Amino acid sequence: MVEVLSAPLEVGFDYTRSLGPALSRFMTALRERRIEGVRGSDGRVYVPPVEYDPATAEPLTEPVEVSAEGTVLSWSWMPEPLPGQPLDRPFAWALIRLDGADTAMLHAVDAGTPERMRSGMRVRARWAAEPVGHIRDIVCFEPAGGSASPPTPAAEPAEPVTMVTTPIHLSYRHSASPGESRYLRGLADGRLLGGGRCPACGKVYIPPRGACPADGVPTAEEVELPDVGTVTTFCIVNVPFLGQRIKPPYVAAYVLLDGADIPFLHLVLGCPVDEVRMGMRVTAVWRPREEWGTTMQNIDHFKPTGEPDAPFESYAQHL
Amino acid sequence: MGKQLAAVIGSGQTHHRSKRLDVSMAGLCREAIDRALADAAVDLADIEAVVVGKAPDLFEGVMMPELFLADALGAVGKPLLRVHTAGSVGGSTANVAASLVHSGLHRRVLAVAFEKQSESNAMWALSIPTPFVMPVHAGAGGYFAPHVRSYIRRSGAPEHIGAMVAVKDRRNGARNPYAHLRQGDITLESVRSSTMLWDPIRYDETCPSSDGACAMVIADEGTASGRPAAWIHGTAMRTEPTTFAGRDQVNPQAGRDAAAAAWKEAGIADPLSSVDVAEIYVPFSWFEPMWLENLGFAEEGQGWKLTETGATEIGGRLPVNPSGGVLCSNPIGASGMLRFAEAAMQVMGRAGEHQVDRARTALGHAYGGGSQYFALWVVGAGKPGAEPHTGGRP
Repeated sequence: MVEVLSAPLEVGFDYTRSLGPALSRFMTALRERRIEGVRGSDGRVYVPPVEYDPATAEPLTEPVEVSAEGTVLSWSWMPEPLPGQPLDRPFAWALIRLDGADTAMLHAVDAGTPERMRSGMRVRARWAAEPVGHIRDIVCFEPAGGSASPPTPAAEPAEPVTMVTTPIHLSYRHSASPGESRYLRGLADGRLLGGGRCPACGKVYIPPRGACPADGVPTAEEVELPDVGTVTTFCIVNVPFLGQRIKPPYVAAYVLLDGADIPFLHLVLGCPVDEVRMGMRVTAVWRPREEWGTTMQNIDHFKPTGEPDAPFESYAQHL
Repeated sequence: MGKQLAAVIGSGQTHHRSKRLDVSMAGLCREAIDRALADAAVDLADIEAVVVGKAPDLFEGVMMPELFLADALGAVGKPLLRVHTAGSVGGSTANVAASLVHSGLHRRVLAVAFEKQSESNAMWALSIPTPFVMPVHAGAGGYFAPHVRSYIRRSGAPEHIGAMVAVKDRRNGARNPYAHLRQGDITLESVRSSTMLWDPIRYDETCPSSDGACAMVIADEGTASGRPAAWIHGTAMRTEPTTFAGRDQVNPQAGRDAAAAAWKEAGIADPLSSVDVAEIYVPFSWFEPMWLENLGFAEEGQGWKLTETGATEIGGRLPVNPSGGVLCSNPIGASGMLRFAEAAMQVMGRAGEHQVDRARTALGHAYGGGSQYFALWVVGAGKPGAEPHTGGRP
């Protein structure tokens, strides 16, 4: 059993959301420390508001202000809060029906201990010090009773809130397959281990696949390939973009190693970008050995060998 | 029970723009749905099932549209399905909706597809730095540009063909009130002097980034008979892996197979002589000649000649993308359905300023992923078998 290689993969983006009329009103009210729902066709009050009636699908337009106090319908204890959750100490997730509303809203209750939570308990909103027009203007709910929050100051009239930003971040552990792991360890030794050759069609894959994508059979035979090959086709990337790792302009080329049957994308340097050609013969330029790891980036780029171009027919089946 | 007849009885789309900040995703979808319902002269209550398609999840950060849009789509109490085939999803969504009618399962199905590209960044989403590989990926343009270069080399097409497509589609888009880009003044010279983004693809040969949605009502024979309809004569979808040794990315097998299946079902032996107008998924201008070959309108290596001789212009032998196509409006999740809807509008005579004269038979086409998903339909003004596909046009 090969121990597979893995590495972190972080994917994050601050998505923007245009709110539409219903949520725009809701967020604008939150900025004024008020909570607004919407009345449905059956008279029920939805909090948070819905843009379209769940029963008739018609747009809903009648705003209804509800209380910032309400009743816990049900709850669940969160003993170890995760990053990004409303509170950084243990809290309850609760379905809270605000006074004047007919639906429950999910939010956090800062109760300290689960013993202080029960269905039917009364809670009230704890407001952010400086509301901005976002659901987080309600920091959390807290058990009602005792001293109430200071009276809400009159809000300054301002433009309605029409957009929110919702950052989303995904943390993955990306694992290579057993065959790919063997290939990556080969790279760490400066070797290009392709393979498996497909026993049915005889094609040689690099990186290895484990199974031939065309024939569906295991490709066990390992084939060591040279670090010399042919540019089948390419493009010159002139456009900068978010998250780009290489400064443009650069040539992203499909390189078909001698003896391989499938090209891979890599970088071609060592000549002016407009001299790169289909059929150009290239060789790998490896980084200094002390920088090698289990990655294709050990090959810094490919550069022209100076040999005559490969004839079109020799790579026409690999485009 | 054999395959039941199905027809588009109405379609609707949004005004596509780079940013539709005035509406939520739900509101965007409803703009298209409400227009489709009005066009079809039916109400949401008449709809028995809803099929929704959208772009890949990272493109807008919405992973379950069927969950948060159920009420906006009028799907409460009805079957709601989500379809997912990357950029071809709009076409696949229409085909899945059609299959629910062809099967006899439902009489009226609403198909809807959308995307709000402005809420994210597709270039970023297509260039995620996967560990262990060279970070040379550069979005969709970076993916397709090498294959465009291969096409040019294989076909010997002159360099100006890509610019000709861009000029034609942008001028067509100027006739379409819903198009995002409406550039009636564009010229061959202005396209050829625009910035080279992913050599050999220039800025003006590239689709825009759009917010938009499209919807259609697909109905059974009983509903569609006696009212304006685009009868569905053939549908096909095919798939192939992103990479395998010997894969032809210029003329993919899955695309050829999908086309052959659709033509066969529609009873079409010679597409160029039989089809009056084609809405083909062309996000980068060179894909017009590439797909003309893949779809069987031209022999391999000859597609560019249809473009060069003006055959693909409105008024030509085979008008391609009279709506302006993906080059004028690209809400990716909806782009495929827009092709299918525009094909239906043409044979229903409802394409307004970009109507092709005497259009009786039309093709809608979409592709997605790394040219690995293909969806097509052939629609006609008459019921299948009622008239030969001789081409209503001279």
